[in-house]
Amino acid sequence: MPKSSAQKEKPIEELSYEEALTELEEIVSALESEQNRLEESIKLFERGQALAARCSALLEAAELKVKKVAGDDLVPFEEESE
Amino acid sequence: MQPALFSTQQWTVSRLTFYIRKLLEENEILQDVWVQGEISNLSRPASGHVYFTLKDSSAALKCVMWKTSAARLSLPLQNGMAVEVHGKIGIYEISGQYQLYADQIRSVGEGALYQEFLRLKSMLEAEGLFAPERKRPIPVFPHKIGIVTSATGAALRDMLNTLRRRMPLVHVILAPSPVQGMEAPPALVKAIESLNLQSPDVILLARGGGSIEDLWAFNDERVVRAVATSDAPIVCGVGHETDFTLSDFAADMRAPTPTAAAELATQITIIDLRAELQNYQSRLLSSTLNLLAEKRTLLSSLASQLRYVSPDRRIQSERQRVDELARRAYSSLIHQFQLQSSHLKGMQKRLEALNPLAVLARGYAVVTRKDDNKVVSRVAQAEQGKQIQVRVSDGQFDAEITNRQS
Repeated sequence: MPKSSAQKEKPIEELSYEEALTELEEIVSALESEQNRLEESIKLFERGQALAARCSALLEAAELKVKKVAGDDLVPFEEESE
Repeated sequence: MQPALFSTQQWTVSRLTFYIRKLLEENEILQDVWVQGEISNLSRPASGHVYFTLKDSSAALKCVMWKTSAARLSLPLQNGMAVEVHGKIGIYEISGQYQLYADQIRSVGEGALYQEFLRLKSMLEAEGLFAPERKRPIPVFPHKIGIVTSATGAALRDMLNTLRRRMPLVHVILAPSPVQGMEAPPALVKAIESLNLQSPDVILLARGGGSIEDLWAFNDERVVRAVATSDAPIVCGVGHETDFTLSDFAADMRAPTPTAAAELATQITIIDLRAELQNYQSRLLSSTLNLLAEKRTLLSSLASQLRYVSPDRRIQSERQRVDELARRAYSSLIHQFQLQSSHLKGMQKRLEALNPLAVLARGYAVVTRKDDNKVVSRVAQAEQGKQIQVRVSDGQFDAEITNRQS
């Protein structure tokens, strides 16, 4: 069973791309290598599906975030439009 | 010395010119020379090649620069300009004129700058600032990318567009800084330092193309040292492909242009991520399907094993035994009944044979005394004058004993 203890607490829609992908990776290798009980496997599969959907949504919606150093702070950076 | 009337060697103009050309071209100094002078007679015909004369107070040198080299010129040429021209001496055989085939032109001041560049380079090199073992790897999948460049230049726009196209998941932190002029070096140093406080995974130090003076801030010792000591690895993309600055040498990786710097910092692109995700999705599906198929096979094999050991078979054979027993019980019952009934018939016959009435029918009679109702079977019992009762086959009558004989 994949542990991902800290992430398990978080709802999937709050996971970052890396967190979701890491857990997806663990689930796939658990399904490929370990002998799980059927219900567990189905649960893992469903969780994996949801994680993959989360990753995919994040990729498609990704917009470059640009900030600017201002003293010790970061402020949004407005690009000049052409 | 008098010329010989009949020379031992015959020269044509072509051969002589060719001979002189060889002499010039075999001279190493003439093939790699910097010449200082003032530009005059500058012309640039439609061919794109540049022709001019380089002169000083007492001499002139014809110069030609081919189109390809001329395209790389970073300063616009003008008559009267004091320049240093690099190239090789050759002969234009058609007019028999030697000339300089120029490949680089810089303003006179640049010569001094270049000397300073070489001095600083060898000093920092001796210190080990450019040593290959100092170079750190550039992360292939950075999350936070710092950028040090001018907030208004095309370099920033190019880099942001490149990052947006290749890896829009990254967070960009810009530390804007002037990239040329007196104030540029300290501002660049400060930008690198304040970016490092944000602990980015990599820093892009960049500037678009310009003259060597424009790029000079990136040869400033303070900037070069800041690049070398940065906590985050630095990709340096200053100017064009042909421009090398000391910051390039000190950086962990040199990029030919700002765009290339952004590309080198995003070796894993969103296309790679999509492919990776797709791979995980298909493995997720196939491993689950495999698992289900495995379980299904196991289940059907167990089911057939179960059928084999099922009590159904025993029940069927028990049922047959019960039938068998029932059949045997029935037939034995019938047998018993027949036995009993024939026995009964025999008994009846015997009983009939013993029936006294049957004897009476043959003419015998039963005599009883009237007073005590005793059967009279002996003469002694028959006293004279006693009343008796005589029973015959169809009834009885009374009589009196009259004549006893014994």
